[in-house]
Amino acid sequence: MRIVSRILLKLAWVAVVFFGITVISFWVIHLAPGKPTDLQTTLNPGASAVARERLEKLYGLDQPIHVQYGQWLGRMVKLDFGRSMSGDSRPVWDKIKERLPLTFGMNVVSLFLTLAVAIPIGVAAAWRQGGAFDRISTVVVFIGFAMPGFWLALLLMLLLGIVWPVLPISGLTSMGFEKLSFWGKAWDLIRHLALPVFLYTFGSLAGMSRFMRASMLEVLRQDYILTARAKGLPARTVIFRHAMRNALLPVITLLGLSVPGLIGGSVIIESIFALPGLGQLFYQAVMSRDYPLIMGSLVLGAVLTLLGNLLADLGYGLADPRIRAGGRKGGAQ
Amino acid sequence: MLALGLVLVGGMSLAALLAPWLSPYDPNAINVDALLLTPSFAHPLGTDALGRDVLSRILHGGRVSLWVGFVAVGISTAIGLALGLVSGYFGRLVDEVIMRGVDVMLCFPSFFLILAVIAFLEPSLTNIMIVIGLTSWMGVARLVRAEAMALRGRDFVLAARVAGAGPARIILRHILPNALAPVLVSATLGVAGAILVESSLSFLGLGVQPPDASWGNMLMDGKEVLEVAPWLSVFPGVAILLTVLGYNLLGESLRDILDPRLRR
Repeated sequence: MRIVSRILLKLAWVAVVFFGITVISFWVIHLAPGKPTDLQTTLNPGASAVARERLEKLYGLDQPIHVQYGQWLGRMVKLDFGRSMSGDSRPVWDKIKERLPLTFGMNVVSLFLTLAVAIPIGVAAAWRQGGAFDRISTVVVFIGFAMPGFWLALLLMLLLGIVWPVLPISGLTSMGFEKLSFWGKAWDLIRHLALPVFLYTFGSLAGMSRFMRASMLEVLRQDYILTARAKGLPARTVIFRHAMRNALLPVITLLGLSVPGLIGGSVIIESIFALPGLGQLFYQAVMSRDYPLIMGSLVLGAVLTLLGNLLADLGYGLADPRIRAGGRKGGAQ
Repeated sequence: MLALGLVLVGGMSLAALLAPWLSPYDPNAINVDALLLTPSFAHPLGTDALGRDVLSRILHGGRVSLWVGFVAVGISTAIGLALGLVSGYFGRLVDEVIMRGVDVMLCFPSFFLILAVIAFLEPSLTNIMIVIGLTSWMGVARLVRAEAMALRGRDFVLAARVAGAGPARIILRHILPNALAPVLVSATLGVAGAILVESSLSFLGLGVQPPDASWGNMLMDGKEVLEVAPWLSVFPGVAILLTVLGYNLLGESLRDILDPRLRR
């Protein structure tokens, strides 16, 4: 019973946050001066005031904003985000759908890579706090924190694309991609995505390894670790069996919270490497003031973030026996 | 750590402050006789595609970055302090509403929102600072709330209340001064974050507008001529790296100094 009510409460909360995000996005975007019709009318000297009004009516821009929001919300629950205001006027959902796999795929791959690298770094640094490895990794982490992703991208493009040209630095596929065999295609994609995925990974590596280190230090201070060591268990058992499993719990939460950052980062990385993903789509939408497309992307970003949080919550519940046992508070704190 | 942080922050601030006197050239002066020169004695960091001196532009770009950093953090700290104090002191419904608002803001893909708003409002320095400030106050609010909740039950607050002090006086005179230490840490780290966001925006062409220099838009220009003039893509990045590193180091050392629980 407790679990069910917990989940229901969580879902209600997700709905509230989702509503809040759409309201803020909608208001901010529509209250900003300038209209998408400006681009089509002021840039076109032939367009009259009448034509402009007709265009605004077509998009519903002449209605009061709460009416526009109501209409938008009504369509949105049916996954109808309207049509793009750009030249091709295709449905927003179609445009988003075709770009989702690339951005999503790159992020998932880099997330796994991040975890695979950050967790061992954090554990090793915490195990010998103040030791050589801890000090070196701390320096690297600080530089990683301060390194702007787009600058690192430029440096890598310079190094691996120009000075020592081993990797392609733009686009998703090479010329003549269609003629390649399946494995040839896969290899071509991997080569094109190697740098972007590395940059995503590098971007979250510093934060994740630092967090893992802090979490591990916290756990290593606990009495049960002292007990485990005192009774003569080998270091490996203490680290992997007793300490790491507990230290990993907060990392699950951090994963959920890192989704908005990843979505934001995709704008920069995809525009640098000319990759046809969501970030690039959003950038183009912003530049052309494509309201429906911007709203669609913001909503999608919010949904992904909330999904990340929900999954993190669920994962936390599954991983932590104290919560799994029924959510009763207390126990070891 | 503290020493290096101080040196980096101090050095960068001084360079930015004295930029008009330190710069060997006018940062926006176009010189068609000196296009894309490699670093030399006359131009220590070379010149860009319009013949402008890179060193002078980096010095002036530093003014922009620091200014954005400070104002944006000022805005976010003010909002975070106000909401955190109110939320933590009053608790109950007020706390519930404010903290749910914080959750909503944290779920935002904030860089998307910043991009959209900046693109709509015309990218100006003022708009950038305000938007960064308005989207980065949540951490401070949570921090201050926790401090306020802890301080609310302490004896000296109780004494003040018994003596007849109203909520405003208690919050401002008794709780605020005692909650400032963690705020200082988060503000220092916040400057680094704001500088990174500003340079990203400028890199995308939505930040500081040409001809004015900022580190981000210098890198954007550099990307166009990456093959022929790689130094244009190196030096502004070094400036960002060192500045952000400086503020992060300073913030972390302040945290260690101010938080006795972490001392071992």
